[in-house]
Order: sequence, then structure tokens, then C-alpha cells
Amino acid sequence: MQVFAFYLFAAIVIASGAFTILSRNPVHSVLWLILAFFNAAGLMVLVGAEFIAMLLVIVYVGAVAVLFLFVVMMLDIDFAELRAGFAKNLPLGVALALVFLAELVFGIGAWQAGGLDMAESGVSPGREGVSNIQAVGELLYSRYVFLFEAAGVILLVAMVGAILLTHRQRLGVRPQNVARQVSRRPEEAVRNTNPETGKGVSL
Amino acid sequence: MTEFFQSLGMSYEWAWFVATLAGILLIALPVMLAVAYIIYFDRKVIAAISLRRGPNVVGPFGLLQSFADGLKVFLQETIIPSGANKGLFLLAPIITFTVALLAWAVIPFGAEAVLANINVGLLYVLAISSLGVYGVVIAGWASNSKYPFFSAMRAAAQMISYEVSIGFVLVCVVIYAGTFNLNGIIEAQRGHGFGFVNAYGFNLLLFPMWVVFFISSLAETARAPFDLTEAESELVAGYQTEYSSMSFALFWLGEYANILLMCALNAILFWGGWLPPFEWEPLYMVPGIIWLFLKMFLTFFLFSWIWATVPRYRYDQLMRLGWKIFLPLSLLFVVMVSGWIMYTRVGL
Repeated sequence: MQVFAFYLFAAIVIASGAFTILSRNPVHSVLWLILAFFNAAGLMVLVGAEFIAMLLVIVYVGAVAVLFLFVVMMLDIDFAELRAGFAKNLPLGVALALVFLAELVFGIGAWQAGGLDMAESGVSPGREGVSNIQAVGELLYSRYVFLFEAAGVILLVAMVGAILLTHRQRLGVRPQNVARQVSRRPEEAVRNTNPETGKGVSL
Repeated sequence: MTEFFQSLGMSYEWAWFVATLAGILLIALPVMLAVAYIIYFDRKVIAAISLRRGPNVVGPFGLLQSFADGLKVFLQETIIPSGANKGLFLLAPIITFTVALLAWAVIPFGAEAVLANINVGLLYVLAISSLGVYGVVIAGWASNSKYPFFSAMRAAAQMISYEVSIGFVLVCVVIYAGTFNLNGIIEAQRGHGFGFVNAYGFNLLLFPMWVVFFISSLAETARAPFDLTEAESELVAGYQTEYSSMSFALFWLGEYANILLMCALNAILFWGGWLPPFEWEPLYMVPGIIWLFLKMFLTFFLFSWIWATVPRYRYDQLMRLGWKIFLPLSLLFVVMVSGWIMYTRVGL
């Protein structure tokens, strides 16, 4: 049952990953990417990391991919231009792919040759009776607390930077004052007049 | 239930498979029935508030109205616009409907009556409800039409905004309960108020969070006054404009199943779920599922009441409420709740 589920999820991840780069329409690409994320979460559940799986769905599928989709849907895409770009960037892409392949081969080769001992370098099996969330929390807030806090600060700085770059104070606009809008009463906004014919009302 | 099927002479694997399948049907079919009657109830309440009669022709008191409507849309023709992206156009309502049913897997109807009693139950609900936006967004894009597209953009921004504050509210509840398991959260509410009241809602620190959660769940399910995605005066019918027949009905069912789910979450997280409201022995004579339904029903009545009473928000007001009021408020309460827990349970 587990083996069947593993091969099902893994096959879907690989297939949807392939379709992500193969499909012509960028919106379809993003949707395939979402399917890949979702099935990756399924794989996480299979290895017993249900907390990471749920976070993967909440963060990547629920938030990041929605923003991707949001942006990609509003793009005005010229397919001919895309294809010209493909030919131009092909050598760079192939070079990157070769680097990744070499790293994978060396990494797995070193592991196969027995040069690495995974068990002693901090990767330990889960303890009995301790849930995933508890284990992650204990580790994150004790041993890795400074790294965790540093990651938070970096994200904050990135956010402040992004706001600073895009925010500009424009003069001559009249922003809404919601408190004033809400507190506005009919007495101060409406005036009953009875103008004479042909005279009109001065505002 | 697995033991029952094993006693019929099945092997463990088959018994588990059949039991899970039966559990899924036992949840999905009553949910669909409940959706049919909650739609009827919704229309009756709104009618009563606006001094009308509401559905009263089909069946006694109009009780069969929802089924008549269902039959009607079932017999209609499915129209696919020629400019639409056919596959995605048909996929969108299916996604909405499926996702609306998926989250029910972890909802506890009693101490034992839960299909998947997983220890990340609340995160699962959050993950699944964050998928709900895809049905709307895909529908809006695949329709290849202006109004649905605007609606999809609105839905995407709206749901992301309110998920943030919902997340912080859930953090408050989880800090109090000390677990992500929904049954664990209900058990933690037993005798929470003076050892007598079974609800987090009466806690002074958590009651404001319930208000935030309730309003956010209105926004999350795109119910009035936050139904900007299908605002008929601006967007015709929003993302549903190009849909007809069963594809439209699936949106409709999915939307109400989502609303019911949010009512169930309100009941479970703040009002004690399947526990009776007070620790008093005679109240335990009533089965837990009745208490859960009663609480869900009251929450849904609030939903209908608000629909009939409050005018629709403007889009900028919606965004302001989500980002400038709820987000800082819920963040403040996370700090206050964790401070209070630290003070009372650990000491200074």
C-alpha cells in the first residue's frame, strides 16, 4: 500500500514537473507546478513528516503559488518572443543542468562509496511518542534559535526593502480618511434647498 | 469500524479499505443533505427578515425546494463558451466541490466519530481551505471573459488577506489547547470556564479572537457582506457568470459546504464542539453530534442574519479591515495569549 502510494505520488511529481517546463501556456505551467507541490506534500506524509507536508501545502500551494498565478494570469504573452528567448538561453540552461547532474552524481557516488555517515551527522530517527510538531519546535527554539531568529530578521529586512523601493509619496492626491467617512452624518452632508426656477444652487 | 468489517470475515486490509470508504460516504452524503437544507434555511431566514415568505410551494413548507432546484439545474444544458479554455473551465467547479468536501475528513463528530484523527488536523483544515481559492481563480481565468476575471483577481487577494489573520487566531487557540488535533482541542475546552463551562468563547482573551475568526470566516467563504467576488451590481455574477447547469451547481454546493465547514470550525475551536455547553451530567444524555449540529446551526443563523442585514463592503474597506485592523489585532492577541499562558502555567 505504502509502496503503491509512493510510486503514485513520485510519478505524478515527476510528470507534473516535466509538464511545468513543457507546457506552452504559462498559466498551465503554474497549475502543473501546484500539482507537483501537492504531490510532494503527499511524499512528505509518507515519510512521516506530516508537519512539513502541511506547511508545504499552506505556504507554497496556498500562498506562493496563488501569487504566481495572480501575476502570470495578468501577463500579456507573446509566444514567438518566448521561443526566440529559448534558443538564446539554451547554452546557459544546458550548462546549469550539467552542473546539477555532476553534483548529483558526485553526491550519490560519495554516499555509495561509504564516504558519508548520515546517521551520525545529526539525522536521527523520530523518538517514540513525540509528535512531529513538538520535535521540530524543540529543536528550532533551542539549538537553532539564532538561525531561526536570523532568518526572521532577514525576511523582515527584505520586506522593508521591498516596501521602501516601491513606496513613493505622491503629492496632490486626496487619500481616503475612513474615520471621517464613517463618522459623516446626514445633517452635515445633505442640505435641503428650494431654489427658484432658473437660479440653481451654489455649492 | 474496521473491527466490524473484520468480524464479517474480511482480511485487515480489505476491512480497513471498506471501513474508510463507508466512513467517507457516511460523511459526504449527510453533508450534501445538510447543504440542501441549509440553503432552504438560509432563504427562509433572509425572507423572514425582509418580511417575505421565502420558498413555500414545493413540498410542505417548501421543504423540497432545494431538491427541485437541484433537479432543475441537472436537466439544463451545460454551455461552454467558445473562447473558454475547455479543460480548465470544466475542472474549476470540480476543484471547488472536491476541496469543500476534503476538509470534512478531520472534523470530529464525537469522541470516536472522526474519519482521520491526525495530529495536524487543524493545519490540514487550513491547508485544504487555502486550496479553495483555486477553483474560483481557475474559473475566472478559463472563462476568458472580463467579469469572471475581475472576480478571480478579487477572490485571490481577499482569501490570502484573511487567511493571515485566521492563521494567527488559530495560533491563539492552539497555544491554549497545546495541540493541533481537533479532538484534543475540544477535550482541552472541557470545564475551561470555572470548571463548568465547556467553551473557549467565554474566555476574555479568546472572545475577541472568536469575533475576528467569525468575520474572517465570512470573508474566507465570500459570504455577504464580503461577497465582492460575486457582487451582482458590479460583476454580473462574478466567476460564475459563464457557468450553467451542473458546473454551476457544483460551485453552489461547494460554497455552502465550505460555509458549513466554517460553522463547524467555529463550533469546534471556540464553543466546545461535541461537548455539551456545561459540565452537568443530564446534558451528556444528548449525543455529542446533536450539540455539534446545534452550535453549527446557531453560527449559520448568524451568517444568514448578517447576509440579510449588512450592506456589501467596498473592496478597499475589505482590504483595510483585513490588513490594517485584523492582522495587528490578532498579532497582539498572540503575544497576549502566549504571555498569559507563560505567566499562569510556567510562572515568571
